[in-house]
This record gives sequence, C-alpha cells and structure tokens, in this order.
Amino acid sequence: MITGASSPLLRVDSLQVRFGSGKDAVTAVDNASFNIAPGEVFGLVGESGSGKSATCRSLIRLYGGSIASLPKGSITFNGRDLVRLSDKELTEIRGAEIAMIFQDPMSALNPTMRIGDQIGESLRRHQNLSSRAARERALHLLRSVGVTAPERRLDNYPHHFSGGMRQRVLIALALACRPKLLIADEPTTALDVTVQQQILRLILDLRQQTNLAVLLVTHDLGVVAQTCDRVAVMYAGRIVETGTTRQIFRRPAHPYTRALLNALPSSAGRKDTLAPIEGEPPSLAAPPSGCRFHPRCPLAVDACKQAEHVLRAVEPGHESACIRVGELGC
Amino acid sequence: MPIAIYCLNRLVQLIPVLIGITLIAFLLLRVMPGDPATLILGSRGTAADIAKLNAQLGLDQPLWRQYLLFLKDIATGSFGESIAYKASVGPLIWERLWPTIWLVLFSTVMAVVLTVPLALLAAVRRGSVADAGIKLFFIVAMSMPSFWLGILLVLLLSIVVPVFPVSGYGDTILERLHHLVLPSLVIALATAALTVRSLRSSVIAVLSADYVDTARSKGLRSRQVLWRHVLRNSLMSTISVLGVHTSWVIGGTVVIETLFGIPGLGSLLVSSISARDYPMVQGLTVTFAVLVVLINLLTDLAYVAVDPRVKLS
Repeated sequence: MITGASSPLLRVDSLQVRFGSGKDAVTAVDNASFNIAPGEVFGLVGESGSGKSATCRSLIRLYGGSIASLPKGSITFNGRDLVRLSDKELTEIRGAEIAMIFQDPMSALNPTMRIGDQIGESLRRHQNLSSRAARERALHLLRSVGVTAPERRLDNYPHHFSGGMRQRVLIALALACRPKLLIADEPTTALDVTVQQQILRLILDLRQQTNLAVLLVTHDLGVVAQTCDRVAVMYAGRIVETGTTRQIFRRPAHPYTRALLNALPSSAGRKDTLAPIEGEPPSLAAPPSGCRFHPRCPLAVDACKQAEHVLRAVEPGHESACIRVGELGC
Repeated sequence: MPIAIYCLNRLVQLIPVLIGITLIAFLLLRVMPGDPATLILGSRGTAADIAKLNAQLGLDQPLWRQYLLFLKDIATGSFGESIAYKASVGPLIWERLWPTIWLVLFSTVMAVVLTVPLALLAAVRRGSVADAGIKLFFIVAMSMPSFWLGILLVLLLSIVVPVFPVSGYGDTILERLHHLVLPSLVIALATAALTVRSLRSSVIAVLSADYVDTARSKGLRSRQVLWRHVLRNSLMSTISVLGVHTSWVIGGTVVIETLFGIPGLGSLLVSSISARDYPMVQGLTVTFAVLVVLINLLTDLAYVAVDPRVKLS
C-alpha cells in the first residue's frame, strides 16, 4: 500500500477557502490538510456542500464563475506553493501538471469547437506543438481512452457524442500534456452505472500506465472502495477523518463516517433497511460550535459543543477529529 | 443541406411574400387620399385636365388591371415609369440603392467593432467603473434622437475639428467611406446600445459555464478563454438583436440620409410619397421588402456559421 507521508506530490496544509466578501462571506473549507503521493488515488468524500469540490477547485483556482478570495494556508505541489503563484503563473501549471475533469460531461465541452481542436489546444499551449502535430497527438489520445474510430471523431462536435464518450474525451483532454495530478470532481456522478464502471476502470488503467496521482472527489462510497488508496471524509467544510480506504471501511473512527457507511446499501446482506442520517447538513454561513456534527450525532455529549477541531491519530496513518473515539469501540 | 441550395430555396420562398407585399403596397397607395394628377396640375387644373392626365398615367383603368400592369413592370425590371422623374423606376432605385446599402453595411460593421470589446470588458469587469461607464454612455447615446446626435457629431468632427465632411456622398470609394463615417457612426451607436447589453448578459452567463472551466483547466490565458471559448458561445442572441435592428435601420435611414445629404432610398421614398409617385413608391416598397428578407437570410446563415448544432433545413 502506498502511504502519502513518504514524499508527497501534493501537500495541502491548513487550507481555508472563502467565497463572497464582507458579511456574506462563507468559509467553504476550513483548516484542511492532506497529502497525495505520486501515483496515489486519494478520495475526498462528503455530502453536497461539505466543501469537497471547493477544496479540489481551490488547488487550481477554478470556481465555475463564483468569486472566491485567494485560498489561505499552503498548497505545495512538486516543491512550489500554489497559493503564492499569480493567476498568470498558475496557467502554466493548469493542464500541464495538474489537470481536471468535471462532473457533467454533457456541459464540460465547448459545443462550438471540434473535439480534435479542444484536445489539441492544451498541447499547443504547453508544448508548442504545430496544429498538425497536436492533431496527431489528439488522435493518439482518443484511441488510448477507448474512443472508437478516432480519426473520424476528431472533426466532430461534442453533440455527436454520448455522455460516456464525452467523459472519455474529457479524460483524453485532461491527460494530453501528461499531468502528474488529475483532479476528478465527481467524474461518474452524471453517468449511468455501466458507463461509470468503464470510466473508473479507464482512470485506474491510466494511472497504472503513467504513475498519475488522482484526487477523486465523490459522495459515492462504493466508488471510493473500488478505486481509492486513501480517503479523507469531509463534513461542513472540515476534514473529520482520514486514513487508508481499508482503515476507513473496517474501523470508521468518526460517527459521521459510520453514519455514511450505515446509509450504504450493503451487498453483504448485513442489514435490510438503510439508516439515513437524521437532520440536515448545517449552513456554512452559521456553522454549529465545536464539532460541527454534534447536532446530528448519536454519541454527542456537552463537551462536543466546545471541542476544538484537531485530528488525532487512532492508529498509524488513521486520524479522526472525534473526541469520543474511545466510545466508538475501535 | 448545401448552403447554395438552402439560399436558393429561401429565395424561391420569397416569391409569395413579395406578391403579398406588392398587393399591400398597391392597395395602400390607392386608398391614400390625394392623387398624382391633382398634385401635378395643382389648383389650376380643370376636371377635364385631371381626367386626361389620369388616362395618360393609366390611372383610369380598373384596379385589377392596374395591378397586373404593375406586376408586368416588375417582371421586366422597369417597375413602371416614375410620375415625378418621367423615367423608369428600376434604374432610379438601383442608383439610390447603393448609398443605402453602404450605409447599412458600414454602420453594422462599426456596431460590431464597438460591441465586441466593450461587451467583453463590461462582462468580465462587471460591477466595475468601466462597466458602469459603458452602460451610462450607451443609455445617453440611445436616449438622443439620431438627428440630434448627428448634428452634435457634425459640429464636433466636421466644424470644430474638421476631420469628416459635413454632408454629401463622394465619387470614389475612399471618398464615399470618408463621407459615410459620421452617418454610420450615428446609426452604429444606436445599434451598439442594444447589442452591447445583449452580448454583455450572454457573456456573463457563458462565463460560468462548465466548458469555460474546462478551457481554464487547460491552462489557457484569460484572453484566449474569452476569445476562443466565451465569445462564440455568447453570440447567438446578439445576432438576433443585430438582425432585427438592421432590418429596422434599412427603412429608417431617411433621417440620417436627409441630415447628411446622402442620396439613398430613404430620402427618395419620402419625396415620392409626397408626390404620390405611385410606381416609385411601389418599387421602393418591394426593394425594402427584398432587403429585409435578405438580412433575415444572412442572420440565419450567421447562426449556422457560429453554432454547429444549428442545421439548415
């Protein structure tokens, strides 16, 4: 098993991401730290609004039109602190060293540009390829992600492709310049189940071939179990538990992680009914004091309302923010 | 469908539209009070003189006959004989057509050149001083009647700083372009007031589209993202606005043509209506209709050129 601690490709330390300004400002990510090693698949899990998308998007400052202030903390990638780079300097990293694929392949491709040109664009930007050479590479890339008859597809527009094929095109596009890290923000959520499997398989194969590290953002624990080496669980903008996938699934050390696992349909047949988590995720504009999960937590005691957010080791490589870890029986 | 066949098809569809328009133009003129003979002869004309002149002009014939004669004249391209000019309408219109076409073309190009950078700037820096300034400028430009704006521009750019001619229409192409700058600018400002707002709001919407994030994730510089990915996807609604507005400009150039002394269709139309020059007014109405239909065709072709999802059918 790969451990993130040895020589991380990406080291995120005390990351804070805020959207909006003044009184309306919302802290979407609060004090998040994690590492990703080369070739590792790292999962970021949580409900909608838990800050997982904001975390991964802040790495390359792509917020989909919302206005975020510069992230606080440090994001050390390959020896450089991305937080200190100007927007212009960051464009040298985007696409070349860190690439991203998005949730909805139906809307993530420019509808008025040919597929070949969209893939070739980053090659021409970062590797100064001629349009002919970029076209050759694009053809090769389309073939490698399993698009059939790629030579005929290069001049097609996105609306000629199905959702699964578009996600393949987006993966080809992201991997064009052989980045070291791929950020995948819910890459399979919008796809149907069989296509989901193909896309995950493809990402894993590509990581095998090129030693690509993957930051996989998902709310689907099934996907995590299948693909990730290590996982961080986020709740209300904070990382509440982190460890290897095996540790998280075998010995969940936070009541929230437990609740998430209990809400999974079990294939082992341990349970007949699903156990939903009571209540609703808190608003990030006015988060609860102490441990942010305490209003919904079955184990909450008074101390939880004041508990400071600190991750403590439960076992080597496995950390939890719960002050009542002992009571969880792990 | 190949583009040539599509255009041909559209032009064939134009025939019934034109027949309808000739009929309306013909009937409206006949319903209008006042007739050419009375106007030509003035108060001295006796009833006998008027009847004689009417017979000469063919206006004593039954209406259906007059209409068929009109259609025949259209088919031969002469459009009948102008009552005021005593010459074939066709060549007269042809001569006056070009200044109007140049004016419309030049002002449209100018409007586009003004619109694209200003709308992009306003959208990217929305809420900034630049955005507010652009908005204010066009509200002022739109609120001023075109003759007033024209007079102000003449004062400023022809008299105080004599860069452009006060009026007229030159002989060589360069001279004509030079003469057309101010009148085109007046029209272009009114057009751009509409198109800047429309393009600005589309650009703002497109800026938060997923594919713009994809473009940024490739490491493209903001300018590349804007010109290659945002602009083209924002153009559709602005093309509609521009198309509609240009059709309107074609019929509305009369004020500008009169102000700047440009021998175009608009001023010809006004003088022909007051002279009850039936054949001329009919000919001009048909000409305007053809121009408007052509602009609609161009608008549709522009959609196809901009968005590959739009199909010719």
